[in-house]
Amino acid sequence: MSLDSLLALLQAAIVFGTVILFGSVGEILTEKSGNLNLGVPGIMYLGGIAGLVGAFFYEMNNPNPVPILCLVIALGCAIAAAVAGAAIFGLLTITLRANQNVAGLTLTIFSGGVANFFGGSLNRLAGGVGQISVSATSAVFRANIPVLRDIPIVGKLLFSHGFMVYLSLILAFAVSWFLKRTSVGLNLRAVGENPATADAAGINVTKYKYLATCIGGGITGLGGLYYVMDYIKGTWANDYTIESLGWLAVALVIFASWRPTRAIWGAYLFGVLFWLYLYINGLSRGTKELFKMLPYVVTIGWLIIVSLRRSRENQPPASLGLSYFREER
Amino acid sequence: MTNEIRMVNIRKTFGEVVANDKVCLTINPGEILSLLGENGSGKTTLMNMLSGIYQPDGGHIFVGGREVVIRSPRDAFALGIGMIHQHFKLVDVLTAAENIILGLNEGALTDLKAVGVRVKAICDRYGFVVEPDKKVYEMSVSEKQTLEIVKLLYRGAEILILDEPTAVLTPQETDMLFAVMRNMKEDGKAIIIITHKLHEVMDISDRVAVLRKGLFIGEVPTCETDPQKLTDMMVGRAVSLNIDRPEPKERRECLSMKNVTVVDSDGVKKLNDVSFTAYGGEILGIAGISGSGQKELLETVAGLCRVCPGGVIAYTAQDGAERDDLVGKSPVEIRNLGVRLAFVPEDRLGMGLVGSMGIPDNMMLRSYKEGHSPFTNRKKPKELGAAVVRDLEVVTPGLTTPVRKLSGGNVQKVLVGRELAASPSLLMTAYAVRGLDINTSYTIYRLLNEQKGRGAAVIYVGEDLDVLLELCDRILVLCAGQISGIVDGRNTTKEEVGLMMTHLSAAEEGVDS
Repeated sequence: MSLDSLLALLQAAIVFGTVILFGSVGEILTEKSGNLNLGVPGIMYLGGIAGLVGAFFYEMNNPNPVPILCLVIALGCAIAAAVAGAAIFGLLTITLRANQNVAGLTLTIFSGGVANFFGGSLNRLAGGVGQISVSATSAVFRANIPVLRDIPIVGKLLFSHGFMVYLSLILAFAVSWFLKRTSVGLNLRAVGENPATADAAGINVTKYKYLATCIGGGITGLGGLYYVMDYIKGTWANDYTIESLGWLAVALVIFASWRPTRAIWGAYLFGVLFWLYLYINGLSRGTKELFKMLPYVVTIGWLIIVSLRRSRENQPPASLGLSYFREER
Repeated sequence: MTNEIRMVNIRKTFGEVVANDKVCLTINPGEILSLLGENGSGKTTLMNMLSGIYQPDGGHIFVGGREVVIRSPRDAFALGIGMIHQHFKLVDVLTAAENIILGLNEGALTDLKAVGVRVKAICDRYGFVVEPDKKVYEMSVSEKQTLEIVKLLYRGAEILILDEPTAVLTPQETDMLFAVMRNMKEDGKAIIIITHKLHEVMDISDRVAVLRKGLFIGEVPTCETDPQKLTDMMVGRAVSLNIDRPEPKERRECLSMKNVTVVDSDGVKKLNDVSFTAYGGEILGIAGISGSGQKELLETVAGLCRVCPGGVIAYTAQDGAERDDLVGKSPVEIRNLGVRLAFVPEDRLGMGLVGSMGIPDNMMLRSYKEGHSPFTNRKKPKELGAAVVRDLEVVTPGLTTPVRKLSGGNVQKVLVGRELAASPSLLMTAYAVRGLDINTSYTIYRLLNEQKGRGAAVIYVGEDLDVLLELCDRILVLCAGQISGIVDGRNTTKEEVGLMMTHLSAAEEGVDS
């Protein structure tokens, strides 16, 4: 493999990793409250399509779009839709105490349908499949720093990305710091581990679960927005890629043992593994498909290792997936 | 603020069950109060109302002379009241310090170093040992209990309630706990200890309040009483129940336990060198304060507990021919030996029946292994289910109604009916009449007597001494995993059994203590 193709692989891995890093960081925050939201792909769908719809109408109605407005509208729409999706999940599982697995899977199916419905409608408005263009917004999302970008090797690897790549890193560190160092983070961890104890300590379990689920959903939704604006450069594709990336984000949560900082390198590792088949010469079609399995195989392998080591530190939050009922007779 | 607490005429009911009625209690700073009573006498319920878990249905609570309403544990904290429950409320994967500051939100950022310093100060003052950086899952039971106490003190608790704190401790750990309790008392804290161990009451407390069946019986300064008087207050006078007790006929050896010791996963001895023999044709009652090893005794026979080396459980079949050692055998192996064992466990819907299944399906749980075809034979269980419903007068909307929808008494009838249908040679029941009404209880007594008449050995673990005294031929009394004596049910007294339960059997320690 030449240096150029190695660089190209790493660059592709970072882009790929950023989508699932958003998804994972959001999901980690959610799961730390004990809520297992399997609606990650759905929430990414919602974030992606809402950002696209917002940007599309803004650009359609304004011949000369203002970059900062493009940014605010796309981000605002994406986060609002993602939080709304997570709030539906929260209502079902926290207030109504529905089964979390069912609610999450349903949210994914539902949101995939919603997103593709609006995506198809946008295509018709734009005059045909592949005609959607939010070039101004996409350009804002893909803008990078001219001078730094031109540094050989380092520039291409580190500075050729849109701002959301760095935002995902900042969020990962911020969530990690929040969980480890702040009082609210400590309370949140307690809610996910042992809600009865948290309740007895005077922590409002319901409020914590709702906030973690909604804020986590908002972060997850940014993954979908990044995918739409940067990864596929401001258009819509009805090809279910978001969904498969969403599931990878869920796998990454497990792979990272619920630690946002570990999710960073995990995300890029998944990116490398995912794109590896393109950069190895002479693979047959069948072998390529085998290579595409790598991220999942690695996750399963890691799970086996972790369960063999039986470390108490790498376990999911103890009450993950369980509804909380206050003990009453 | 003076922290004197007064509870006046407290009443609490759960459905139709009266848990507390007309309870009056006063707790002063610098004093240790023992709350004494048998199981189910309402001690924990009463304290739960002080710590904000339940709200009383009637009566008043005064703190420092002012009437208060305690709606949540948070309200209780605000009044300086903290309770240490039997099940610790700690988060396993967090450290001691993190558990201590949980929910306090003292600052935006957690400052574990500062917490560690303050914890150390508390520890030094009262003589605790807590390692702030140790994770809870690495701690022993005693360390966890210490952490719970420190957690309350850190939060400024002035009144500490300890719910049977010594149940999980070794004697040395108990001594350490009592030492710090005395230190806290010196410091002006008020301490309530819920217990049913008389020697601890005598050892640690200044005053004793006694509850019986939810009623407040009385309150005495510890120095003016003795274990005998306290036992009388606790168990009350004998009541005549007129339960049948036919004379045993054809007594023959059925199950003989020798030197059986059982240790749980925490290393605590649940059964300590237990030896006894159960005979066919008699009912052997087992009395004891809950958690004295009754559950382990039954589960050991059923093959659910591992016995320490040296123990022997010999089973003699009804024809008297074979003897088998049951130690180390699984329930299936025990059955394959031809041991006809019936077990009515304490946890009816957890260990006995499947709540979401109907009566025939529950009957099948015991017989499905008999089938040899890939398809189940539903005819026989259905007939058996119908027979149980008819014979034991089970009230149910239909045979296939999930058993968890039935009332407690009917659930018990289904379970007992199924176990008896296997015509056992050894029948074990744990708290067979708990929660049942009078008529159902008598039905159960009749069924047990029928089995006795058939020549089965019946082991009856009970909590109501009046019933034990009238139903059983012999009564085995357990105390802290040891047999404190086996007495003849026909000529013993409630007081004698009551004293043996608290390990003050007349033969061993004398009544003076």
